[in-house]
Amino acid sequence: MTNIIAAAESTNILRVPLDELIIGTVAFLLVFFALAKFAFPAIGKTLDARADAIEGGLKRADESQAEAQALLEQYRSQLADARVEAASIRTQAQAEKTAMIEQAKSEAAAAAATVTERAQAQMAAERAQAVSSLRRDVSELALTLAGKVVGESLSDDARARAAVDRFISELENEAAK
Amino acid sequence: MSAVVVATESCHLNSGCGFPAPSADIFFLEPYATINLFGMDFTISKAVILVFAVVIIVVGFFLAAARPQKMVPGKLQSLGEQGFLFVRDQIAREVIGKDGDRFVPFLASLFFFVWISNLMGVIPGAQFPIMSSLAFPVSLTLMVYVTYIFLGMKHQGPIKFFTNAAFPPGVPKVMYVLLTPLELLGLLVTRPVTQAIRLFANMFAGHLLITTFTVGAYYLLSPSLIGALGSATSFTVTVVLTGFEMFIQGLQAFIFTLLTAVYIGGSLHAEH
Repeated sequence: MTNIIAAAESTNILRVPLDELIIGTVAFLLVFFALAKFAFPAIGKTLDARADAIEGGLKRADESQAEAQALLEQYRSQLADARVEAASIRTQAQAEKTAMIEQAKSEAAAAAATVTERAQAQMAAERAQAVSSLRRDVSELALTLAGKVVGESLSDDARARAAVDRFISELENEAAK
Repeated sequence: MSAVVVATESCHLNSGCGFPAPSADIFFLEPYATINLFGMDFTISKAVILVFAVVIIVVGFFLAAARPQKMVPGKLQSLGEQGFLFVRDQIAREVIGKDGDRFVPFLASLFFFVWISNLMGVIPGAQFPIMSSLAFPVSLTLMVYVTYIFLGMKHQGPIKFFTNAAFPPGVPKVMYVLLTPLELLGLLVTRPVTQAIRLFANMFAGHLLITTFTVGAYYLLSPSLIGALGSATSFTVTVVLTGFEMFIQGLQAFIFTLLTAVYIGGSLHAEH
């Protein structure tokens, strides 16, 4: 213990020798200027550059995502347009089909009507021809027969034919009744 | 000092020798040489050699870390960046704000200079915390003092800086009788003195404590039960204290730098 007291008496721990003070100041200033001039600017620059790169990367990612989104929207609208167009084409085709069927039907009906008409006309003509031919044959037969019965020639055609016609008309009237 | 060392070398428990408690003598280092520069004698002691070792270590590390600056950093570059970022984000931006970026070089230099100087206390072979020699904390504190006084006069005006500090707003006028002397005393005297003494005293006490238990372990080492147990305990405590001391060393470097940032921040903007 005497040692400590003696030491404390001989020296003072709170002493500040001027040479150490100067050495400490110089040492710190050496560190400060070396680091501030050569080390920290480079480190700070790299940190800033890295922060920029990361922020830039994030920004680029955002941009490309927005672009993709826009493209998707575009595709969707195009798809919707195509659907609408397809639907309208389908409707139109349906309408055209119906129209074609209608036309074909009406044409067929018209053709059928024509055929029927012609057939009827032909039938009427044939009938008329048959009637007239029959009338002539019948009148001749009747005349022949009457001539044979009466014995006189009814070659006076005009009169005979009138008589026969009258007779046939009477017959027809009878038949019509 | 050499007398203490000689006495300790053969001094053990039960050898008719009292415990040679380490005294403040251990902080008075033997001068290796004296150099005369500009008509002044510079004593070259262990502390002076260690302080230049610190300069070489800190500058060498950061120059090596800053040399190959790559976007994807290697281990060394990454470590240097983390040290820089620690001071920038935890101290400069946290305390001063956006303006703090300008002071990062100063603050980071202070932090690493103080920290590595403290660390010399536990590095084998060095084993002397430079900041336990009061002249070194005082030299750093003087620079901090000059810096914040200069910044305050520059940013707030040469006289306004002192009146702003002396008359804090939002206080009844009567209180200025009490407050003004205290505020001025705090700004001009208490701040630098406490900043220097805090660092010095922590390093001093820590070193003395570790030395005491180391010497104790050596002294108690003797062929007896108390001696063996006491020596083992003392050695264990030394190891634990060394770990604790490393924590304190980093903490004190941090506090020293943080206070510097607080003072600079206070000089840039008048307190409200």
